[in-house]
Amino acid sequence: MIRFIAKRMLGLMAILFCVVSITFFLIRLMPGGPFDRERKLPEHIEKALLARYKLDGPILNQYFGYLGDLLHGDLRLSTKYRDRSVNEILADALPVSATLGGIAFVLATAGGVLVGSLAAAYQHSWIDRSAMLAALFAISLPSFVIGPLLILIFAIYSQLLPVGGWGTIKSLILPSITLAAPYAAYIARLTRASMLEALTQDFVRTARAKGLPESQVIYKHALKVAILPVVSFLGPLAANLLTGSIVVENIFSIPGAGGFFVNSVLNRDGFLLGGIVIVYCVLLVVFNLVVDILYGWLDRRIVLYG
Amino acid sequence: MVSLLLLVLVAVAAVLGPYLLPATDANVSQASFLPPSQVHPFGTDLNGRDLLYRVLLGAQISLLVGIAGAAVSFAIGTTYGMVAGYLGGSVDSIMMRLVDILYAIPRLIFLLILISAVDPILRANMIAHGFQSLVGYSKIFLLVACLGFTEWLTMARIIRGQVLSLKSQEFVMAARSVGQSHWNIIWQHLLPNLVGVAIVYLTLTVPSVILDESFLSFLGVGIQAPLASWGLLLSDAAQVINPIKGYWWLLVFPAVAMGSTLLALNFLGDGLRDAFDPRQRK
Repeated sequence: MIRFIAKRMLGLMAILFCVVSITFFLIRLMPGGPFDRERKLPEHIEKALLARYKLDGPILNQYFGYLGDLLHGDLRLSTKYRDRSVNEILADALPVSATLGGIAFVLATAGGVLVGSLAAAYQHSWIDRSAMLAALFAISLPSFVIGPLLILIFAIYSQLLPVGGWGTIKSLILPSITLAAPYAAYIARLTRASMLEALTQDFVRTARAKGLPESQVIYKHALKVAILPVVSFLGPLAANLLTGSIVVENIFSIPGAGGFFVNSVLNRDGFLLGGIVIVYCVLLVVFNLVVDILYGWLDRRIVLYG
Repeated sequence: MVSLLLLVLVAVAAVLGPYLLPATDANVSQASFLPPSQVHPFGTDLNGRDLLYRVLLGAQISLLVGIAGAAVSFAIGTTYGMVAGYLGGSVDSIMMRLVDILYAIPRLIFLLILISAVDPILRANMIAHGFQSLVGYSKIFLLVACLGFTEWLTMARIIRGQVLSLKSQEFVMAARSVGQSHWNIIWQHLLPNLVGVAIVYLTLTVPSVILDESFLSFLGVGIQAPLASWGLLLSDAAQVINPIKGYWWLLVFPAVAMGSTLLALNFLGDGLRDAFDPRQRK
């Protein structure tokens, strides 16, 4: 087990190295520097700025300097938000994104599993049909359709909830629903399919034959097996929530990392971009690792190796 | 069936629609934010352009990017999957490891960076080589290429799996024993058996490419005005919507157009998959 984790951590280092290098050079490929404005800066000022942000000298030297700083945990200064370090910006923005992502994660998994097993338990009934139709809608519509439509209905016409912003519990409701909806739908479909399969198996017949109430058969016995595909989807789910939150934060004007990500691309703010991409990749790989371990723990037939 | 009809309708409207509308609809005018009326059935936008015209133009570009991108991914995915599956052994495992690694990278995040890095360079090259007239469309080429090059992973996995199981069947062995070339075996014996599965996943790739395109356009790195795509229209709408001014038509019409097209494509893909998958038949 420890060997398995150690190996995955090595893989993580390799992925991070690639990702940091690609980001660094891509940002350099873009025409125009981070300090280009409408008016050209005097040459000596531009030089001083470049030196301050360690953007002078041959590109390979810059690259190795950057890698060295990263190894010391220094993500450097943002070239757009002057005088704020990337570490500070991320420390402000990440908790916001994490809260939103966490709520959406719980909503998507809990809601999806519940709806999916209900649909399977009442297969071919109106519950099943309407749940699956709703799921198809939620999967097909992107969050930037669902989000603004929810705003239109709940915030603009009925004025029940705020249009956007951050800080109150009320302002969390719409963004987390928007973020969770497509994944809840996907999980509901997964759960329904694997629950239907589980319900045909022998141990379910045994449980029924023992005279257990139907709810116990479904939620205690069958669900334990039916939930496995859902668990393996949790890794990709985390990745999708990360990307999805960029759009949702944009729609609801939430001060999370997603907004900084988009702006850092547009502003050629290489170090901020690098910092965010690193955080995203670490989260992704760690999450996949946790899911793999969890999977082995839930289903003892699986042996982890690698 | 209904979804097929709807798709045909959207496609025809997208191709012919912009020519049938009065030419002035394409232009910027003083009449901004008019609600839907007889003259402008979908209302007008911030710059006084007719929204119906914009939605149809958006349909044209979104469908074009979706289909072309899916076709690129189809070509790459099938070739890659067939080669990996057919050669097997260590080549196969190396090729599939690469696919696993690419799966682990947050795709759209990199596309965002890649497109904003490459686009100015592409434009400059187009101007330098005398393709001035195409400069406005550089984003479309770039989107098709980038999305095509990143969407093929699932296709490659599925095709490889199919090839692996087909390869061991008797008709392939028979073809090999009469001395047919590898090329012939792949082209004449394997490919016809793969077409069904490949088409199913092609129909499912189109909506996901459209979704990705609109995601990028929504964040401002995809299609840009004066062109239109559904993602761009929705992004414009999301920016002007607020509690004081309810410009609902800016949001609702593009959303309905995009939603119904994606729904229809997904319906069609699901239906085809179930029809091709004997396990699903009851």
